[in-house]
Amino acid sequence: MDPITATHYIGLSAILFAIGAVGVGIKRNPIVIFMCIELMLNAANLALVAMGKHLGSISGQMMAIFVMAVAAAEVAIGLGIIVSIFRSRETIDIDEVNLLKL
Amino acid sequence: MQGNSIGFWILAALCIAAAVQVVANRNPVRSALALVGVMCCLSVFYFAQGAEFVGAVQVIVYAGAIMVLFLFVIMLLNLGAPNPMMDRVGLSKPVALLASAVLLGSLAFAGALKIAPGRAVKSPVSGTVQQIGYALFDPGRPWLFAFELTSVLLLVGVVGAVVLAQRRSD
Repeated sequence: MDPITATHYIGLSAILFAIGAVGVGIKRNPIVIFMCIELMLNAANLALVAMGKHLGSISGQMMAIFVMAVAAAEVAIGLGIIVSIFRSRETIDIDEVNLLKL
Repeated sequence: MQGNSIGFWILAALCIAAAVQVVANRNPVRSALALVGVMCCLSVFYFAQGAEFVGAVQVIVYAGAIMVLFLFVIMLLNLGAPNPMMDRVGLSKPVALLASAVLLGSLAFAGALKIAPGRAVKSPVSGTVQQIGYALFDPGRPWLFAFELTSVLLLVGVVGAVVLAQRRSD
């Protein structure tokens, strides 16, 4: 078997990103949509770390750390919004909550 | 290297299976647990690439803090039962699958194009806490300013979450 190179990690990252994109497209539960977004962010992190190792730079890891910090803030705000919507409308079905839809 | 590559393939298969479970499972609690599995697999990949700090933070922050927050909200809103919210029906499912297939193809194509085999750097870059700290707080690099901005962002996130989730007194 071939040794594992950055190409393998980038391929795995692309697969995980596409699976997350499918979930964002077909799910109606906003919490699961959030989880799929987290999956896509994780896939991007894997690509960043793999490219950083490939190019011999620590910058990929630094960017991955900042992505994690931003993801933490995003989840806190997003779940707060979901709880708030559930309180006022008793449902969080993404097709029922269409206040901003034209 | 042989054991390394066998481990990679086993873990990659586990990781993709868990990611499919995140999307395919109707129960959000099981989706969350599958996502924890994905994150643990990714953490092993980070350790395998010498990014020890990122791998540890992956487990502590993602699999620990963020997933606990997800499970907490699922149980708070009582969504743990087999889900009454089915997936989208009709045209959006094949459209989403097709769009993601196109996305996967273009991502894989771009990745295969960009990684020229000759450009690999032999000097291994280590991601220990010491190296990360030196890079993060080096004034000659762009990360220090980003670090300060991130602290402000997290503060805004905490305040915003409290304001959003508080009970209106009216």
